[in-house]
Amino acid sequence: MAKITLDNLAHSYLPNPTSEDDFALKEMNHVWEDGAAYALLGSSGCGKSTLLNIISGLLQPSRGRILFDDKDVTHAPTAARSIAQVFQFPVVYDTMTVHDNLAFPLRNRGRDEAYVAERVQEIARMIGMEDMLQRKARGLTADAKQKISLGRGMVRKDVNALLFDEPLTVIDPHMKWELRTQLKKLHHDFGHTMIYVTHDQTEALTFADKVVVMYDGRVVQIGTPQELFERPEHTFVGYFIGSPGMNVIPARVEGRSAYVNGACIDLSQGYAAPEGKVEIGVRPEFARLSQTEGLPVKVRRVEDVGRHRIIRADFFGHDINIIAGEDDRISADMNRVAFDADHVNVYANDWRVSPASAGAA
Amino acid sequence: MEKTVNHKAWFLVLPVLILVAFSAVIPLMTVVNYSVQDTFGQNEFFWAGLEWFEEMLASDRMWDALLRQLMFSGIILLIEVPLGIFVALNMPKSGFWASFCLVVMSLPLLIPWNVVGTIWQIFGRVDIGLLGYTLDLLGIDYNYTQDTFAAWVTIVVMDVWHWTSLVALLAYAGLKSIPDAFYQAAKIDQASRWKVFRFIELPKMMGVLMIAVLLRFMDSFMIYTEPFVVTGGGPGNATTLLSIDLVKMALGQFDLGPAAAFSLMYFLVILLISWVFYTIMTNLDKRGM
Repeated sequence: MAKITLDNLAHSYLPNPTSEDDFALKEMNHVWEDGAAYALLGSSGCGKSTLLNIISGLLQPSRGRILFDDKDVTHAPTAARSIAQVFQFPVVYDTMTVHDNLAFPLRNRGRDEAYVAERVQEIARMIGMEDMLQRKARGLTADAKQKISLGRGMVRKDVNALLFDEPLTVIDPHMKWELRTQLKKLHHDFGHTMIYVTHDQTEALTFADKVVVMYDGRVVQIGTPQELFERPEHTFVGYFIGSPGMNVIPARVEGRSAYVNGACIDLSQGYAAPEGKVEIGVRPEFARLSQTEGLPVKVRRVEDVGRHRIIRADFFGHDINIIAGEDDRISADMNRVAFDADHVNVYANDWRVSPASAGAA
Repeated sequence: MEKTVNHKAWFLVLPVLILVAFSAVIPLMTVVNYSVQDTFGQNEFFWAGLEWFEEMLASDRMWDALLRQLMFSGIILLIEVPLGIFVALNMPKSGFWASFCLVVMSLPLLIPWNVVGTIWQIFGRVDIGLLGYTLDLLGIDYNYTQDTFAAWVTIVVMDVWHWTSLVALLAYAGLKSIPDAFYQAAKIDQASRWKVFRFIELPKMMGVLMIAVLLRFMDSFMIYTEPFVVTGGGPGNATTLLSIDLVKMALGQFDLGPAAAFSLMYFLVILLISWVFYTIMTNLDKRGM
């Protein structure tokens, strides 16, 4: 177990990167605390897997250093780092039995057979494959294979960190839930540092203490699920987390008011006039359809998604979403939208702007 | 769902039947025809029954050729398959040098067989050949026209030179199809180089290797041109492989009956061995090696 520090780390797949765009991973400084469970969230191609492979030593970073408990391992090979990693697509050794697959990482490190047998039994119980141990891994279903991969990742107790690269993508929904619970339990019992890459926000939010959101090779926000929900630091976080994502509307901000097409929206706090591309962001959960309050809106469609309804509407030429409760009445004459002033965030050039009177608030 | 039965559909396979008849069935039947008859010329034939088959089975000549043939195929498989895998493992995976290697490796495969024979025939000559001359200079007694061992070494090395590329290219294709994640997982699991080969690369190559072994076996078992050009079957009968012997019998001595019986048995042996190979290998494959 170890604290992992990224020190000015950057990576480019090109031999001679010139501009910032050439970097798959932009310069970052970050500390992964010992024993914490992190979810690394972001859309495809944002550098999540690159970061993971750098931590495990499968990739050498172009710049910067990586430290395990203050020991520089930037150029240490994978074997010396003692990391367990599970990949998106199942990797099993076809010609071995399930038992031998699970035993493989232990045997390669020369652990004695009695310990190996005991550990394999434990892991097999955890992934629910006790009755298949003597079968050849070849010909098993994709999710059985992925369970073996997960098991191989968990079989060692002495790892510095456990890295998961979208491990549950190929697994059935009900098994997904169960394995996720097992992973949480494993974390709870042994306190390994865990980093879990995913692009599924539910998975990220249920698994992790802290969620790290990446966008375009950069970490845009690190926080608890609640922080990500209420105070997205970047419009991408707002858009990516939540279903549907945050409404982002171009606006002009002056003091405690935001103006969209000349119409005024109240803000709970005052802002010094932000520079650049200014937008306001408000989650659909904090918007309300009304007969009398707020600003005019044209409702285009109402979707019932079970627990609540999503109203798709046109707000001065911008598409916005509003969430209404299952029992809320929606009628044809409700053509206004009101925003909860406490939950309207202001963004300049996609980054959140802190209110000028932040201390007072 | 009810399937409709329409026997007219059989007409659709007629073109194929006709094609196969002319390209394979009729020529083969001609051989069968010769194998059960005797002739003294003037296109007069007499029924001979299974006499030729009995005669051939009792003659040492065919058995000796068969033994030499099995030895030849066995030796070249034992060399070419491991060597091909070794070459494939050491080829660059991408970039200019990968393409370069692929082109260079394909070259021997593109050379016509009798040209290959001629190349080695000249290459090995003591008076003007680079190989023969050099060996002679080094004091090694090498003369493939008189020495059985030298003749065998020459035709084996020639075949290895000609065909190892095929095995290597097939193995290379098998290796290229292994996703990176397997190697990465092996690194995470701290697998040694040998274990990566044994548990990842070899199992993933089994399919193509099976094809490589079958192709090389069949081709080497039917080999004619190259050894014929180099040694002509000699010295004596030392390198007279099955095809060479068959051609000698059929065209040299014009013994049509025995040669036809010989070729039918030759065909059956190839079929039988290929079938055995295939069965063993698919079973291994199913059991997971």
